[in-house]
Amino acid sequence: MNSEKITKYVLFSISLIILFIFAGMVLSLIGGAMPTFREYGIKFIISPDWNPTEGRESYGALPFIVGTLVTSLLALLICLPLSFSTSLFVAEYYRKTKVAKVLGSMVDLLAGIPSIVYGLWGFYVLRPLIVSLGLSGQGFGIFTSSLILAIMIIPYATSLSNEIIAMVPNELKEAAYSLGATRMEVIFSVIIPNARSGIVASYILALGRALGETMAVTMLIGNANVIPTSLFGTGNTMASLIANQFGEAQGLKLSSLIAIGLLLFVITAIVNAAGKFIIKKFS
Amino acid sequence: MKKLLIILLSVAIFASCGGNKSEEGTANESKKVTLTAAGATFPMPFYNLAFKKYTKSTGLLLTYGGIGSGGGIRSLKDQVVDFGATDAFLSDKDLDENPLTVIHIPTCIGAVVIAYNLPGVESVKLSSSLLEDIFMGKITKWNDNKLIKANPGVNLPNMDITVVHRSDGSGTTFIFSDYMSKISSAWEEQVGRGKSLLWPTGIGAKGNPGVAGTISQTQGAVGYIGSEYAFAQNISFALVENSSGNYIEPTIESISASAQGEIPTDTRVMLTNSMDPNAYPISGFTWVIFYREQAYNNRSKAQAVETIKFLDWLISEEAQAIAQSVHYAPLPAKAVELSREILKNITYEGQIVLK
Repeated sequence: MNSEKITKYVLFSISLIILFIFAGMVLSLIGGAMPTFREYGIKFIISPDWNPTEGRESYGALPFIVGTLVTSLLALLICLPLSFSTSLFVAEYYRKTKVAKVLGSMVDLLAGIPSIVYGLWGFYVLRPLIVSLGLSGQGFGIFTSSLILAIMIIPYATSLSNEIIAMVPNELKEAAYSLGATRMEVIFSVIIPNARSGIVASYILALGRALGETMAVTMLIGNANVIPTSLFGTGNTMASLIANQFGEAQGLKLSSLIAIGLLLFVITAIVNAAGKFIIKKFS
Repeated sequence: MKKLLIILLSVAIFASCGGNKSEEGTANESKKVTLTAAGATFPMPFYNLAFKKYTKSTGLLLTYGGIGSGGGIRSLKDQVVDFGATDAFLSDKDLDENPLTVIHIPTCIGAVVIAYNLPGVESVKLSSSLLEDIFMGKITKWNDNKLIKANPGVNLPNMDITVVHRSDGSGTTFIFSDYMSKISSAWEEQVGRGKSLLWPTGIGAKGNPGVAGTISQTQGAVGYIGSEYAFAQNISFALVENSSGNYIEPTIESISASAQGEIPTDTRVMLTNSMDPNAYPISGFTWVIFYREQAYNNRSKAQAVETIKFLDWLISEEAQAIAQSVHYAPLPAKAVELSREILKNITYEGQIVLK
């Protein structure tokens, strides 16, 4: 066998491992979640009760699905203007200057901070700030979690957008300028239309990250296992619930937690698929 | 088609890799014995000190993981620890479901205190009906008329009440909810007793340290924690009305007073809402749990002997003195006697371990 073929087979078999891991994970999630779906069926997804009290057990995932979606989407909304402006600043207005380089690497640094550190900062700094602003009595809740999530996902959205915006061909921009376009017109009618799909992809990536974030959220959301009633009310997310309760869980409760894990997996997959669809449609 | 077959086959192989553990453990005999335990965070201040002292005097290495009572029960069931620790005894159903016989012995008596964070407020008295109102979310302000009436002369602020409870499975929650169920029929009906609950109000935090930290960082917060967490972090706690209508502070004497009644031979008894007029009402035993037959999951005989020796020491006077230094009440003589009797019946492959 020649080296060409050997390389090909080695690479193929190694990449197969990823496929096995994926398949193994899905299988064990489905296997673990089966007792719950057999007990509650589709009602598990739409039931708002999560009652682990012995003798009155009843499990439903709705509060956590709502909590996860609301915090993540809100985080995306808060992150959008911040990271979009940063991208334009770094990749267009101050392109290749020192300021842009420093700012760019600082944004990248944000991605390297462990989420527990974000949680600590949120607990000791952000939460008292929210209390002193009078937004909420104790500072825990949906809004605080969304705010910390927004900060956490900024680097994911920004870094990729930077690259995409910087990749817009200079010729196009120069052509626009030579026709008398202003900077703003270039940005809105040349850069954004050209970079659109890439920018959307970067926000989808950021949303995916927000959906699965656990530690920082569990420290700030209040861990109340009910459907959140207001922006400053408490709630819980799917990942945070699993982190809190898997330790002692057994029987139906364990199965329900695994089922929630499976649902989170499905939601993330749907978000990714939607992202791909949007990218295809735009480009 | 061929490709699909390959994928399916490899997934099947991958999935079947799970259950092969037979060759581990036989080499354990020669290794130095270390004991592993996990469970309740409520008695952790006591266990940390006691374990350290025991290691110092005997050289035996002990590790304790404070993962909550629920986690302790789970770990014993999974047979990954030498003993578990819990503040909620196993129910008859739990005992029946376990293929091996699980044994409880109490190690000390602790108090669950109602801790609060109100700047400038030195002392708060809470009656049974106020506890119900606060923890069920019926009273939401600290300057509610009912609270003011029960606490004359105390300057209660116009502040929201934030109830803090456990987000993980917890024996502390079990003791607290057992007490609440005894004093309030509304609580028993709507919430009930258990290691984790469907809370009508409040925010959740993980472990006793988590609840204590959240209370001390949140003005207007109130929650239930193991007493040592309040003492160590200087968090104020309320005087609680007992069954005789007296407002009691959790002290070693008042906690001990709650354990003067009958104790069954398997030591599974709740001490909450004691009839004793001097008893602090939210008190409870905390237990270690282990298997009567110590030969499980390839444990060595040395492992079994060291486990039982250590547990025997844990209920000795020397260890009980350590418990008192961190504000737990020592076991009553009757409980020690029963526990000694239980330990004498622990076996390894059918042979009595402790001679």
